[in-house]
Amino acid sequence: MTSKYRLSSGGQINRSESISFKFNGKTFYGYKGDTLASALLANGIHLVGRSFKYHRPRGILTSGVEEPNALVQIIKDKGKTDPNLRATQIEIYEGLNATSQNSWPSVNFDLGSINNLFSPIIPAGFYYKTFMWPASLWKNVYEYFIRKAAGLGKSPTKKDPDIYDHCYYHCEVLIVGAGPAGLVAAKTALKAGKKVLLVDERPNFGGNLNFSNKDYNKINELDPLEWIKKTCLELQKNKNIKLLSRTSVAAYHNYNYLIMMQNLTDHLPDKDKKEKIRQRLWKVRAKKVILATGSIERPMIFDCNDRPGIMLSSAVRKYANTYGVKCGNNISIFTNNDDAYETAITLHNKGVKVKSVIDIREKSDGTLTNKCRELGIKIYWKSAVIYTEGYKKITKIHVMRLSKDNTNVVGNKLKIDCDLLCVSGGYTPAVHLFTQSGGKLDYNEKKHYFFPKKNTLSQISVGSCNGTFGLKKIILEAQEKTREFLSISETEQFNVLEPEGGVFENIWLIPSNKISGKTKSFVDYQNDSTANDIKLALREGFKSIEHVKRYTTTGMATDQGKIANMHALGIVSEITNTKLGELGTTTFRPPYSPITFGALVGRNVGQFFDITRKTPIHDWHEKNNAKFEDVGQWKRAWYYPKDKENMYDAVQRESKAARECAGILDASTLGKIDIQGRDASEFLNRVYTNAWSKLAIGKCRYGLMLNEDGMVYDDGVTTRLSENHYVMTTTTGGAATVMGKLEDFLQTEWPELKVYLTTVTDHFATVSVCGPHSKKILEKVTQNIDYSDTSFPHMSFTNGLIDKIKCRVMRISFTGELSYEINVQANYGQSVWEKCMAAGKEFGITPYGTEAMHLLRAEKGFIIVGQETDGTVTPVDLQMDWIVSKKKYDFIGKRSLYRSDTMREDRKQYVGLLTNDPKEILEEGAQIVAEVKNKPPMNMIGHVTSSYYSPNLKKSIALAVVKNGKKLKGKKLYVPMQNKTIEVIVSDTIFLDKEGKRLNA
Amino acid sequence: MFIIKCPYCGERDHSEFSYGGEAHLVRPKQPTELSDDQWAEYLFMRKNIKGLQYERWNHSHGCRRWFNAARDTSNDKIHSVYKIGEKPNK
Repeated sequence: MTSKYRLSSGGQINRSESISFKFNGKTFYGYKGDTLASALLANGIHLVGRSFKYHRPRGILTSGVEEPNALVQIIKDKGKTDPNLRATQIEIYEGLNATSQNSWPSVNFDLGSINNLFSPIIPAGFYYKTFMWPASLWKNVYEYFIRKAAGLGKSPTKKDPDIYDHCYYHCEVLIVGAGPAGLVAAKTALKAGKKVLLVDERPNFGGNLNFSNKDYNKINELDPLEWIKKTCLELQKNKNIKLLSRTSVAAYHNYNYLIMMQNLTDHLPDKDKKEKIRQRLWKVRAKKVILATGSIERPMIFDCNDRPGIMLSSAVRKYANTYGVKCGNNISIFTNNDDAYETAITLHNKGVKVKSVIDIREKSDGTLTNKCRELGIKIYWKSAVIYTEGYKKITKIHVMRLSKDNTNVVGNKLKIDCDLLCVSGGYTPAVHLFTQSGGKLDYNEKKHYFFPKKNTLSQISVGSCNGTFGLKKIILEAQEKTREFLSISETEQFNVLEPEGGVFENIWLIPSNKISGKTKSFVDYQNDSTANDIKLALREGFKSIEHVKRYTTTGMATDQGKIANMHALGIVSEITNTKLGELGTTTFRPPYSPITFGALVGRNVGQFFDITRKTPIHDWHEKNNAKFEDVGQWKRAWYYPKDKENMYDAVQRESKAARECAGILDASTLGKIDIQGRDASEFLNRVYTNAWSKLAIGKCRYGLMLNEDGMVYDDGVTTRLSENHYVMTTTTGGAATVMGKLEDFLQTEWPELKVYLTTVTDHFATVSVCGPHSKKILEKVTQNIDYSDTSFPHMSFTNGLIDKIKCRVMRISFTGELSYEINVQANYGQSVWEKCMAAGKEFGITPYGTEAMHLLRAEKGFIIVGQETDGTVTPVDLQMDWIVSKKKYDFIGKRSLYRSDTMREDRKQYVGLLTNDPKEILEEGAQIVAEVKNKPPMNMIGHVTSSYYSPNLKKSIALAVVKNGKKLKGKKLYVPMQNKTIEVIVSDTIFLDKEGKRLNA
Repeated sequence: MFIIKCPYCGERDHSEFSYGGEAHLVRPKQPTELSDDQWAEYLFMRKNIKGLQYERWNHSHGCRRWFNAARDTSNDKIHSVYKIGEKPNK
């Protein structure tokens, strides 16, 4: 099906393959090889979106990644959609369904455009100035309306069903950009036998050469397309090169580490996308990098330069040559350079009427301008477009002559009818990746662009991204610099034909006949920042370019200023009379163009998001209906609800059973470190606060570990297995960091100590049995162990056998009950557990989870590191002075306990809390005050760290840290909650069995 | 983003390593003899140099050995790596 604006021949599209797609609900046709933008233009559609602030109609401006206007939403299945994609980059496929963004109810009739009428009162910094106060309006009024009115695309509501991938790649030479410079660099690099990776964000290699006019551009007597084809074939044959198209370099980090995103299936019809990887994130380490990222054409900044039908001249040429699309029937061109004349000639030769060229220059004698004159195209020299007419499409331009110094317009106003205005403000080198890599820029005052000056990595820039323009120069430079960079002696002769060019002139802001303030000259199209906004920012005192950027939001849209930045800088430089080289640029940050979250995350989704660690007894817990709690990467049995029990009831039942008959806990997740060596005892002396030298073989001891700043870091029981052999337990969450810290001290501070550490957490399963019947159960399970208090007292250890399996049994207790811990090789964990369950059945053995364990230890006032402590609590604060050795000369953290701050008497100290009403359970984390006021703020003196209803004491108990708490015992304090204030009495931290009788029950 | 040359394993991606702060801070042999200020100087004060800095690194996802590196903090260039107890190459 032929479209109205499709030229009868030409282009790199496949005219035999017609493709239907939807845009804003309407069906259109294009050809294979079209982008959404080219297919829309072929159908005469320019209006594709609305601007961000004023909702002005906006059309397609460019033909590539720099597009600020033509952002669309791709609708896939229900709940699955891709926002903010550039129509200029989307390759159409059968079934494509795209809509405009930022318009309501529709792009043709947008209610938000009323903002355009109010634009004089929506200046730069409007949001900062207006929505400041009263604060009460923010939440329900301002935020609601700003969010509704602003924002571009819509995010998907369903889980992303696509597959993404990551790939690591190493190469000797990475070449970014496969335009003429990149292709020549690749050819040259291959001569040296280097392993090369050549990437380009577009579907085809060749860059802008793809749409150069073949009458004026030839390489080795070949037309541009022929040369590209020949070169690509040559490259493809070489085994040393990998070629990636549709691959955009997002980030260029230090050490030549680059992140790129490759699009694999977005251009395919839906049926061919299935089961395939959608995008791949490449993480590339390159020995050397050649940047050939090209340049981006600038628009011109004049009054109402944003109407649909105003397009970059190079884009119009690309649409004509690459896609066989004419963007208008009656065309004017506004330029400051010769390149736009190539567009004029191209269009003219294709039978499209080019009515006029408006050129700000006095004259030009270039090949192309002379040809235009010959063709009879009217050229208005030293003139400027000062205004445009037309709402949803340009209809007229107003042209006036420029004054001698270009600061004003003079003479009569000329109105010219047109349906397309091509603008060309010269080219800006794409230095984004260069600066991301840490390179510094310099400014060319004559040619008005920033170019790479000094880089720190093994890297070169070649071609127009290096500020080198003209096909001949670009190709020669690419070869020469690559040869030098890679030490290659061979050269290839390039015979390049190109048009002779005229000089380039620049005006950042085209003058107007209107008074300043009455014009709307858009600098950033997407964010609606005008030249006046920039002027206002400067008047209001913003000087730094980074501040002007943020205040006006210039360059902050999804295109990240690819179009806007140079003019914004130019205008600031002119007004402040600062040289651009001194003004500098805003920071170029990754990504160069947006990349998806899917690609960033890759395969690390769902169960692959993080490692899950399960104990050897996990299957049993699962079978027995355990609910699990995440502790670090571990899954720990939390509680085991029976029938229809809720968590509270289950925990109450488990806690009661553990004290009244027997409880069994899977303690396998506790960190276990095997410590061996001549100086093991001395080592423990240095890392724990208490003394270890005199611990007898076969005995266990509780230890507290501090940071060097004196704050509690970890705790656990360590057992002396033999003279020079200990096994240390750590908290579940602290295992890895404790191990790391101990290794650090051994390797760096005390290399003289002969101590060897091995982590054995995963090697042992630990089954903890507690309660009055625990001894009887253990007696049934193990052989050859004498459980009498004399031969196996509390805090001791013995080796034993369960059937033929060796085990270590420790008599230690975290619940305050008589309690044993059986350690066996991990593989036997579950069978030992089951054996204990069977043996304990007659005594009512009850498995209990971490929640009951927390409750039971709270009844005894035992701390949990990370719950009662938060890195600001010393052992003295915890009222654990008894464990801090006064005799030891030194241990980690000792000196810090004598700092004036840690010795303060009024620090937050560990206390118990009892509520007046024994049924009232405090909320963990609740704040504690001494005096209640009607409303906050109140002086907060501490907070609740643990709180439970104790089934064994039949009352609510809580632990807390409170300022000066040691001296407040028996005092009344308050816990103010949202609806009530709870009275509490400060108590001892041990609520149950203060004498410790139950340990020997 | 760096590549670090572990003195025991060779060049590896930075993601295998953890950073350990300034190097060559010697833990005082007799902390109890120090004034609060002297102890605070050891405990809290770091130079945070812009330029060449000697610092500790741990090959935490590799051989787990600690070593020192001389890194220019302004451009992340690592000039040398050396084992604990050794002196950097000047």
